Amino acid sequence: MKRLLKNREMLLVVAVIALVALIALRFPPFVTPGNLANVYNDTSILIILALGQMAVILTRCIDLSMAANLALSGMVAAMLNAAMPGLPIPLIILVAMALGAVLGSINGLLVWKLDIPPIVVTLGTLTIYRGLIFLLSGGAWINAHQMSNAFKALPRTTLLGFPLLSWLSLVIIALMLVVMRRTPLGRAFFAVGGNPHAAVYTGIDVGRTRFFAYCLSGTLAGLSGYLWVSRYAVAYVDIAAGFELDIIAACVIGGVSIAGGIGSVGGAVLGALFLGVIKNALPVVNISPFAQMAISGMVIIIAVAVNARAEKRKGRVILRKAEAAHG
Amino acid sequence: MPGRAEGGGSPAIEHETQPVDRDLLQDTITSRMKPAIALEGISKSFPGVRALAEVSLALYPGSVTALVGENGAGKSTLVKILTGIYQPDEGTIRVDGVETHFPTANSAAKAGVTAIHQETVLFDELSVAENIFLGHAPRTGLGLIDWKKMNAKARALLARVGADLDPAIRLRDLGIANKHLVAIARALSIDARVVIMDEPTAALSHKEIHELYELVDRLKADGKAILFISHKFDEILRIADRYTVFRDGRMVGEGLISETTQDDLVRLMVGRDVGQVFPKQDVAIGEPVLTVSGYRHPTEFEDIHFELRRGEILGFYGLVGAGRSEFMQSLIGITKPSAGAIRLDGEIKVIRSPAEAIEAGIVYVPEERGRQGAIIGLPIFQNVTLPSLSRTSRSGFLRLAEEFALAREYTARLDLRAASLDQDVGTLSGGNQQKVVIAKWLATRPKVIILDEPTKGIDIGSKAAVHAFMSELAASGLSVIMVSSEIPEIMGMADRVIVMREGRIAGRFERADLTAEKLVRAAAGIEEAA
Amino acid sequence: MAETPMVARHIPDRLEGRGARLVKSWETLLIAVALAIFLVNSFASPYFLDPWNLSDATFNFTEKAMIAFAMALVIISGEIDLSVASIIALTSTVMGYAVQLGFDTPALVLVGLAAGLLCGAFNGLLVTGLGLPSIVVTIGTMSLFRGLSFVILGDQAFTGYPASFSWFGQGYVWWVFSFEFCLFLALAVVYGVVLHKTNFGRAVYAIGNNQTAALFSGVRVGRVKFVLFLLTGLMAAIASICLTARLGSTRPSIALGWELEVVTMVVLGGVSILGGSGTIPGVVLAALIMGMVTFGFGLLNVPGIVMSIFIGLLLISVIALPILYRRLRGSH
Repeated sequence: MKRLLKNREMLLVVAVIALVALIALRFPPFVTPGNLANVYNDTSILIILALGQMAVILTRCIDLSMAANLALSGMVAAMLNAAMPGLPIPLIILVAMALGAVLGSINGLLVWKLDIPPIVVTLGTLTIYRGLIFLLSGGAWINAHQMSNAFKALPRTTLLGFPLLSWLSLVIIALMLVVMRRTPLGRAFFAVGGNPHAAVYTGIDVGRTRFFAYCLSGTLAGLSGYLWVSRYAVAYVDIAAGFELDIIAACVIGGVSIAGGIGSVGGAVLGALFLGVIKNALPVVNISPFAQMAISGMVIIIAVAVNARAEKRKGRVILRKAEAAHG
Repeated sequence: MPGRAEGGGSPAIEHETQPVDRDLLQDTITSRMKPAIALEGISKSFPGVRALAEVSLALYPGSVTALVGENGAGKSTLVKILTGIYQPDEGTIRVDGVETHFPTANSAAKAGVTAIHQETVLFDELSVAENIFLGHAPRTGLGLIDWKKMNAKARALLARVGADLDPAIRLRDLGIANKHLVAIARALSIDARVVIMDEPTAALSHKEIHELYELVDRLKADGKAILFISHKFDEILRIADRYTVFRDGRMVGEGLISETTQDDLVRLMVGRDVGQVFPKQDVAIGEPVLTVSGYRHPTEFEDIHFELRRGEILGFYGLVGAGRSEFMQSLIGITKPSAGAIRLDGEIKVIRSPAEAIEAGIVYVPEERGRQGAIIGLPIFQNVTLPSLSRTSRSGFLRLAEEFALAREYTARLDLRAASLDQDVGTLSGGNQQKVVIAKWLATRPKVIILDEPTKGIDIGSKAAVHAFMSELAASGLSVIMVSSEIPEIMGMADRVIVMREGRIAGRFERADLTAEKLVRAAAGIEEAA
Repeated sequence: MAETPMVARHIPDRLEGRGARLVKSWETLLIAVALAIFLVNSFASPYFLDPWNLSDATFNFTEKAMIAFAMALVIISGEIDLSVASIIALTSTVMGYAVQLGFDTPALVLVGLAAGLLCGAFNGLLVTGLGLPSIVVTIGTMSLFRGLSFVILGDQAFTGYPASFSWFGQGYVWWVFSFEFCLFLALAVVYGVVLHKTNFGRAVYAIGNNQTAALFSGVRVGRVKFVLFLLTGLMAAIASICLTARLGSTRPSIALGWELEVVTMVVLGGVSILGGSGTIPGVVLAALIMGMVTFGFGLLNVPGIVMSIFIGLLLISVIALPILYRRLRGSH
């Protein structure tokens, strides 16, 4: 398992490096360490979100409501800050994460307890969460001047030369590595998606595992909500509209199988970075930024086709000499 | 209940009618030993079926109990109750004499019950070590999974079952036999006191089977209580100490292996004398209809050639996974053979899809009724007419009156029991679903019909109806291929038998010189004792 | 679920008459809901019952409903097409481009239909040819098709459609009956017949309930699915012609987010998102209901986004309520 997964990730690493090299040919300054760090920082939120989405997709579900969850949690964080500028920022972050977790758990409960198909649940909550932002804010924007300086400064604060946002995403990556590889819950995500039937036999509750996956994706969306709003210093109904597709694209590019059970933290991170590099590179290599959407679309299709080929089940090997040949 | 009144001479059946005997038996043989686990009066029903009726079973430490019964006798339901997947409607489970409930798979595992399942229920994408330890992986002091320890323990367990495998590789990269050994290692990883082996040798080679026997002996010596489910009588007689026979969800006999014979077991299992039940008619065999030559596939089968004649029932026997279904599916264009040709009525035919097979007059009634046969969610009549729509419709438009007429004709011929033809086929019992599936194929008016395990998992009554009908079909000039893993069925119904093993033809037999022993030997690859 | 009593030999075709089946159907429930909304609306606003107001109101669902018909077939077959709104954007852009080249109305229509069919064929090939999951494929093409539209248009817009072209979006066939509304009715009949009265429709149901068994039964699964994706492409193109003609301009953000509304309409209409069941009359009723709710909220000056909360709740509750009901009834 390790060997093949490693291979898949190596392929992605090569793809990202090749992409960067290609860009460097047209525009050498792109590969300066400072700029690469910027690209990483700019992709941090996508990385965090993709890791949450990965957990959900691993269990054979999907979360289309992540961007709406982000926008709603972000709006609440911004409104809290605007109403009570004295509130400590860590508390606001906790509130955003808790709200995100609640929104995620609503998805999870509907999938677990009512057996509603995940795509329907999250399509529905996507529109509901967006609508709630409007009800909450009355359609008004929360602008930079309404936010406290501390609120806006946190992601930008530099530590050892890198912005806190970058550090935070690294911490999340590390945590997710531990969760996915070293905890029973993380392994249950793989088991439930890989073979739900067998998971029951090993004593894993399939519905509950899915519920926890949604709670995880919700919590990370809530955290991203604060990060997004404070980084761009604005909150309104439509922030991150359509971003759910970028998140799923990052996962698909990263080799997370939409059929569940296959994926890795490294893959999801690399998938997000691949998209991040494209997004940051288009303006500098003189391709219209309008092409970004078409390129992501193309990349998703190519990635899913490549993954499908790798996953293709070989038929049952019955002939003994054929089995020997297959090793 | 057919057969209950018969066979009164058999000592084992007396246990059923005279429970006193059973107590006596237990007193004399196991008086000093208490069962590790005991089921008492267990019943379980599903919509339309009573899977188990007041079944009792006791498993003793250091003893192997063979559970014998035809497909659909309730063995797998019992295994699921023992492992906490199903909850019984009635009855009690006692572990060491204490009444216990297994509401989840975990609770059964905690009580020390573990199962190696018929179909290896494992995870292709996870590593070998994780497949062994999922759910009870060794942890570090922080509560995190300890991979190093897990791999080391896995390596030790694999060595114990005689598998030289790297615990870190992915399960999907293993062959079926090695997967099975991983499943056995998993069962051992739980410090189990009760080990259930559900057809553990079905996919193993001769050598691997003997290694498994040794393993069972070791487990026995360790004091484990073992429930051994198998269809192979030589195997049962070789390793089991006790036996329990199920038929139609009831326990119909139990006792010591040393006091029984294969014939007794078969009689108990089938509940009738084999010859009586199969309504095989004598049919004049006609000219060749289907000729298959040189069929091969890169991984599934090779060198398949045979002739099928008019009015003939050709049996295909073999162990599960011998490549019979795979070959049949390539005949109708589901998978592509790498070489080979078929002639139908002397004409060479190329069949690339089931649609073309139906057109040519070859139809396949698949083994997996739920997945490949019945379309649950559609009403009975739509199931029946689906492959024949071109006949019942006019220029692409449905004609319901014609559909109902066709469905009525064929469901009546098969003696279907249903409330209406508009009923969802999913509400029928397994036997009646199978009748709908067969009706569907007959309605296409084929020349050749391939029946893959036509009576698997259906009740005795429906079985008899299917057999009678198969016989009628042959008599009416159809050519029938019957794939079956049940020896009585093969011996009772087939004019000729082809035995397959590991994707190749391992033997051909005429009805006249057919014996159960020959079939088993050919299927298992055991040389004739010379 | 218990097995029905043994009735040997003589099995009736149907147990319940047409009437009994109709009363229990999802469509009947939808009719009741539609009537209730109609009544509430007519009490809530004096402007509701005006024929011309009603006629105007039809525009907010006709284009989506046209796509919903084809989408219903795709979903019944067990697949999904999330790229429909992007196909609208791309075909509209292509037509706008053709206007710049001096194409006249008939040529524009042909170009639009061809573009939609090509998009559908692309989806169909990826799903049936390469065997990829339709949900990921169409998330990809959703991005690709609209992305191409952005590449061509940037932040510009195409205008200057010929006057005769605008008839498709603004013309009336007779009295208050717009061309779009009449087309909606005609397509409803066509799709109803195709799904419920032809071998093709039967194959769609068979595939959605059990694709493997359908294949074993001689249904040409790949071919049927390919045609279904062609159909959604074609319907998106027709909707695009109507929408472009109605708006008189093309921007790359045209019909943004419509895929969700179309899917909601289909599911509300009683089509199972898991495939295998659903009817065209159900989808027609769902379209009418969503149209009337939008119109009613509009008359009451409720903003569109609040309306979307309602749609989201509707989507989840129409699926959840029957499940809850069955569970409550089952526990007694």
